Amino acid sequence: MREANTLILRTAALVLVPMQLLFSVFLLLRGHDEPGGGFIAGLVASGAVVLFLFSYGVSATRELLRVDPRDFLGIGLLIGLASILPSLVLGQPAMTAQWWQIPLPGGGYYKFSTPLIFDVGVYLTVIGSILTMVVGLSESEESDA
Amino acid sequence: MLLAVLSGFILALFAPLICRAAGDRCGWVFALLPATLFVYFAGLLPDVMASGAQVVRYPWFPAMEINLDFLIDGLSLMFALLISGIGTFILIYAGGYLKGHPYLGRFYVVMLSFMASMLGLVLSDNLVTLFVFWELTSITSYLLIGFDHEDVKARASALQGLFVTVAGGLALMAGLIMLGTVAGSYSLSGVLASDADLIGHEWAVPMLLCILAGAFTKSAQVPFHFWLPNAMAAPTPVSAFLHSATMVKAGVYLLARLNPALGEAELWTLLLSLFGGLTMFTGAFMAITHTGAKKVLAYSTIMALGTLVMLIGIGTHYALVAFATFLVAHSLYKGALFMVAGILDHETGTKDVAQMGGLASLMPVTTVAAAVAALSLAGLPPLLGFVGKELMFEAVLDAPAWQMLLPVLAVGAGIGVMVAAGIIAIKPFYGERQETPKHPHEAPVSMLAGPVVLAGLSLLFGVALFIPEQTLVAPVVASLGGTAEKVHLALWHGINMPLILSLACLVVAAVILRYWSRLQPQLDALREGVGRFGPEAGYFRIMEWLTRIATWQTRVLQNGTMGNYMITLALTTVGVTGFTLITQYGVPLRLPVPDSGFAAGIALLMIVSAFFATGTISRLGSVAAMSIVGFAVALIFILFSAPDLGITQILVETLTVILLVLVLFRLPGFTRMSSPLERWRDIIVAVLVGALMTVLILAATEVQFFEPISAEHVARSVPDGHGRNIVNVILVDFRALDTLGEIFVLALAAVGVYSMIRLKAEDQTA
Repeated sequence: MREANTLILRTAALVLVPMQLLFSVFLLLRGHDEPGGGFIAGLVASGAVVLFLFSYGVSATRELLRVDPRDFLGIGLLIGLASILPSLVLGQPAMTAQWWQIPLPGGGYYKFSTPLIFDVGVYLTVIGSILTMVVGLSESEESDA
Repeated sequence: MLLAVLSGFILALFAPLICRAAGDRCGWVFALLPATLFVYFAGLLPDVMASGAQVVRYPWFPAMEINLDFLIDGLSLMFALLISGIGTFILIYAGGYLKGHPYLGRFYVVMLSFMASMLGLVLSDNLVTLFVFWELTSITSYLLIGFDHEDVKARASALQGLFVTVAGGLALMAGLIMLGTVAGSYSLSGVLASDADLIGHEWAVPMLLCILAGAFTKSAQVPFHFWLPNAMAAPTPVSAFLHSATMVKAGVYLLARLNPALGEAELWTLLLSLFGGLTMFTGAFMAITHTGAKKVLAYSTIMALGTLVMLIGIGTHYALVAFATFLVAHSLYKGALFMVAGILDHETGTKDVAQMGGLASLMPVTTVAAAVAALSLAGLPPLLGFVGKELMFEAVLDAPAWQMLLPVLAVGAGIGVMVAAGIIAIKPFYGERQETPKHPHEAPVSMLAGPVVLAGLSLLFGVALFIPEQTLVAPVVASLGGTAEKVHLALWHGINMPLILSLACLVVAAVILRYWSRLQPQLDALREGVGRFGPEAGYFRIMEWLTRIATWQTRVLQNGTMGNYMITLALTTVGVTGFTLITQYGVPLRLPVPDSGFAAGIALLMIVSAFFATGTISRLGSVAAMSIVGFAVALIFILFSAPDLGITQILVETLTVILLVLVLFRLPGFTRMSSPLERWRDIIVAVLVGALMTVLILAATEVQFFEPISAEHVARSVPDGHGRNIVNVILVDFRALDTLGEIFVLALAAVGVYSMIRLKAEDQTA
């Protein structure tokens, strides 16, 4: 797929993509209490990258990502697996959730937990899967053209 | 104990490294492990002799009654001693036999793993663990038979051995599960101590048959014996260890182990003594028809295995004593003889004894070792083999009246092995010197150590009978359910029936041996003639049919047309699910009417777009219409206040459209490829699937067996999951294992798509 020639889309993408990525992180972090979570956040983030891909093309997208989309898959799965480890170290049944209250400046606390780590793994795996397919498809299209 | 069993696997991991570091001497290094284990097991012996069986427990899957429990009694300990003791010499021997072989490291990996699996098998107290180790020995045996993997024949033999033993293993698994269920315990000690009526149970017959199928295939009983001689394609150290001294005895071990529990069954006695006796005779006859040293030994091994099975089947006190003595004697002399056969083949360059002669002056040590071991095989005094054979005759003569056939078979077998012993120990070493492909000289120390020590032990045990009697035979008899105090071994019993039979055998055997060179080709022809109708021919016919059915089935099911796959899937689902639904619940016909105009509007929108999607010939239009359906579903989710689902649905729908559009450009223009008739068929299938799904959903809302679990989730989300978003709490905490599985599936799917795209791209560039 060659990049779109519309100035409007390109300009809009420059603003939308970072915002959408930021929003995906927001969704990821608040997911435990409000609508959101790793899966949805991963879809939103992939949507952002796909938008960039449509406006600026595959090679620009690869430069933006810096790592191969397939690496997201591996890293995501590893993080997901790593979230099991704390419970094993503590001698509890595997995947028992661990919670830590991290004090924030200004008196509040942030809930940090193994489910959150696991959710990050889900997030990266979703991004990795979709981008692997989309980038793979667009690249094969370019090689046809 | 756990370490003792698993140490072989651990050492196997490092085997290639050690091989590289220690070079030609690595055999000696590896032998340290079994030697240490031997000392360790021998150290357990006094305890077991004094206080009987012990069980060492290590929980593994305690909830499923699968544990790494080890049962240490006379029987298991004797097997462990044989495995580690003979294993020590085999590992040293292999270092010399395969000196400089490029895959020596690989060989030791498999060999050590095999040794560990075999130890696990004989020491396991848990039926499931025993089965796992049982299968591991089959697999390692496969790898070792096929070690010379560039040889077609070796590969075919390996596969044959695997098929036969693994098919038996499958039956064994069923048998063991039945045994565990009937006895109410999955531990061997539990089964043996169980009060349950194992023999009177309605499952008794299938259970017995399944267990026997496993044991018979593993221990090469007629009619499954054919894989064992073919397994001689393996390097000789393997044959000596797996296919004579240890693995093939696994079936015998299992039978002996279960004998106290099942020995009273008439079927057990009948089948064991009948098949054992037949195997014994067949093995002895086949042995003298061959000229290959290893083949002769392989068939005499089959004879020995048959004898052991028969003795368990007879099950009298004499038979059990004979069993234990014969087992020890056989492992010693057969291990030694196989190693001698390996030396001959290694030094002369041929496996055919007909081509050897007059080697005695060139290889004096080998000659003596071979002679001693062969005398034990033939069952001549003062060797342990003699005692074993006399006891066997005694047990056979002592057997109940209806087993009259057994003495005849036993005498026939006795003659056969004596001839076999002569073939292996006289023919190559004496008579005229013959030219061989390689110029022979005495074998290196590493290869002589095994035969000399094992043959020496045969002699020592024969002369000093109290050693095996007290340390090995008595504990074994005790664990088989006999009385250990009554065990008494002696070389001289006075002139009695067994001795007369032995003498008669000796005379006939001497005559046959005198004319063997002339007789052998005729015997060989006879064997081939019979073999055409034998079980091995049956094996090949079954394999042929298997591939034929597989080919046919693949052609029908995997025909490569996407449409056919879809129709098969759809119709199967409709058939199976629909049938169950209608027969179990009937069809609920109460159609809920949407209670708001908004929901009705969305439903109408979905129906219209669905019809448009199927009708249009524009692909883009069809994709757009499908996505309208998707977004409408999202609206419904939001309408019923499930924001998470709604958001997910919208995002997934968006990305689906993007993916479809990317693919769309690559498709050729729209053409009609199916006939109107086929399209009608497709419509009917589609309508059926749609109808089924509708009815299924209606039924799901109608029928409610349990309280919905959602209330529980709502109640526990905040206190247990620390989160107010129930969907997310379920995904990442309550059911995190499911999610973990799902993201792995997701990643796999992505990799699959990626590789398909890549494959296509490479096709086009190539």
